[in-house]
Amino acid sequence: MKPDDFEMFQQLLRQRSGLVLSRDKAYLLESRLLPVARRTGLKSLDELAVAVRTKKDETLLRAITEAMTTNESSFFRDMKPFDQFRNFILPKLLTSRASQKSIRIWSAACSSGQEPYSLSMILKDEAAKLAGWRIEIVATDLSSEILEKAKAGVYTQFEVQRGLPINYLVKHFKQRGDKWELNPDIRRMVTFREFNLLTDLSPLGKFDVVFCRNVLIYFDQQNKAKVLNGISKQIPPDGVLYLGGAETVLGVTDKFRPVEGQRGVYELTAGGAGSAARPAATPSFGTRSTLAAGGR
Amino acid sequence: MKTCLVVDDSRVVRKVARKILEDLDFNCTEAEDGQKAMEACAGNMPDAVLLDWNMPVMSGIEFLRRLRKMAGGEAPKVVFCTTENDLAHIQEALSAGANEYIMKPFDSDIIQTKFAQVGLI
Repeated sequence: MKPDDFEMFQQLLRQRSGLVLSRDKAYLLESRLLPVARRTGLKSLDELAVAVRTKKDETLLRAITEAMTTNESSFFRDMKPFDQFRNFILPKLLTSRASQKSIRIWSAACSSGQEPYSLSMILKDEAAKLAGWRIEIVATDLSSEILEKAKAGVYTQFEVQRGLPINYLVKHFKQRGDKWELNPDIRRMVTFREFNLLTDLSPLGKFDVVFCRNVLIYFDQQNKAKVLNGISKQIPPDGVLYLGGAETVLGVTDKFRPVEGQRGVYELTAGGAGSAARPAATPSFGTRSTLAAGGR
Repeated sequence: MKTCLVVDDSRVVRKVARKILEDLDFNCTEAEDGQKAMEACAGNMPDAVLLDWNMPVMSGIEFLRRLRKMAGGEAPKVVFCTTENDLAHIQEALSAGANEYIMKPFDSDIIQTKFAQVGLI
């Protein structure tokens, strides 16, 4: 690929999805964008680059952005965060939200849905305690294609074996040929929505718990800070944020700090909670229209 | 070091599973059918059993039912690992006392997460 074509794609992806593509990932462009080029009737990435430059076709730009997002996901990914949610956060919310009887959870960049559905299954286990409560799980991703898969709730044998305890498979899935389909009662607990993490988060409303795991690893510092600061405005002072195992807030934002003894869980700092109390401020970094990479 | 008995009539599958489990720090022994697995458990009860379903002499499910009736036989975590991939077989395995269930083909990720889920790792 020509160097200026690589740079053009690099810039396009950074702007639209926040994805930082280093030169050693040029092979990813080749392997993921060639199918996009062929679907568009083009023969090569060279031709695709020309089309991007000359046509500014939104459908094409979107297809390129979606093709470049990583949709790695599994049920109960890394296990510990879900155990932690079940054993610590949920009991705390049951007490602290007892008067309003309402919990809102956001799965940011939910990919094919395994993360929000894992949360649904946990909440289903606690259904007796949650009778009369309004539980909302909002799951967002930039990719409309992957959201369609998420909504369908149909998974391969391979997918239902990665992280899903066998009891949950038996309890919550029906076998359909060689696929496994999640039961409607679990699917109905999740509201899926196409959403760009790098835009204003306030339309999503406030959340008690935010899962934003393995998303920010694809972003540069500026966009990491933007998303984290944005999330800090969408959660109450006692809200929590889950990040992926390889992610940190250190040196990125002063709005969050790690919850002691709970790896991957973050709470607002005094400064972060202060900003949450004020009316949602305009995001501090530009207003570029961008979509966020998904990595659940 | 935890011990795992790998029960499968295919030498290749036993070898692959053994390699994965040894990388997870298990001390592995092998058995080629349910009967041999019973003898192994009578001699030395393992912490875990990775268990195939269809085998000559004695099937995996038959072995599991007998194991759970043996003295100390309720202790090992038993993870089925079989080509039987329908709900009926899974339910039968769980009601016979299986702790987890892997549908072949498997990889190291699947074994690792399933073993972690039953508390072996």
